[in-house]
Amino acid sequence: MTLALQALAITILISVALGIYRIERGPTGTDRMLSAMLFGTSGVALTLVLSELTDLGGLRDMALTFALLGALTAVAFVKRAWGADD
Amino acid sequence: MTWQSVIDGASYVLFAASGFFFLAGSVGLVRFPDVYTRLHALTKADNLGLGLASAGLALQSGSLIVALKLLLIWIVVIVAGATACYLVANSARNSGIEPWTGESR
Repeated sequence: MTLALQALAITILISVALGIYRIERGPTGTDRMLSAMLFGTSGVALTLVLSELTDLGGLRDMALTFALLGALTAVAFVKRAWGADD
Repeated sequence: MTWQSVIDGASYVLFAASGFFFLAGSVGLVRFPDVYTRLHALTKADNLGLGLASAGLALQSGSLIVALKLLLIWIVVIVAGATACYLVANSARNSGIEPWTGESR
């Protein structure tokens, strides 16, 4: 089971690497924001997998915090990038 | 064939499916032509990947409280993802980014 969890963690990291490629390419700020949303979801999954691998239950609370922060990130981006006119 | 091996097999299948959906979401993010299609790839494929991963982890945890916490985390991510998807798509539309219609590729 440890090997399967490590393989899943590496797969999630590859997915994050593809997101970094999208940040580099752009072309608009919105595309870069999408990568940040990808990092939010991947970060939660990676934290959960590491919590099982290392037997640290507290990492699950960290994943929950990441999930909440991911929502705030998107709202803050929308308000700051486009919300100036309203 | 013990009960534990059945649970382990189910977890392997769930983890493999989870990795597949994470990769599919990221390939969509890289390959799709505009903001709206990329948003579509992200908010559905990745949230499903996270759901499958947390289902496999819940099977491995062997504790109801931990399984419910994993379910809660998944629900929070889904609600946040749906809200963020609407906000970003709506703002992109209002700011004048045109949806891809297939002509300009």
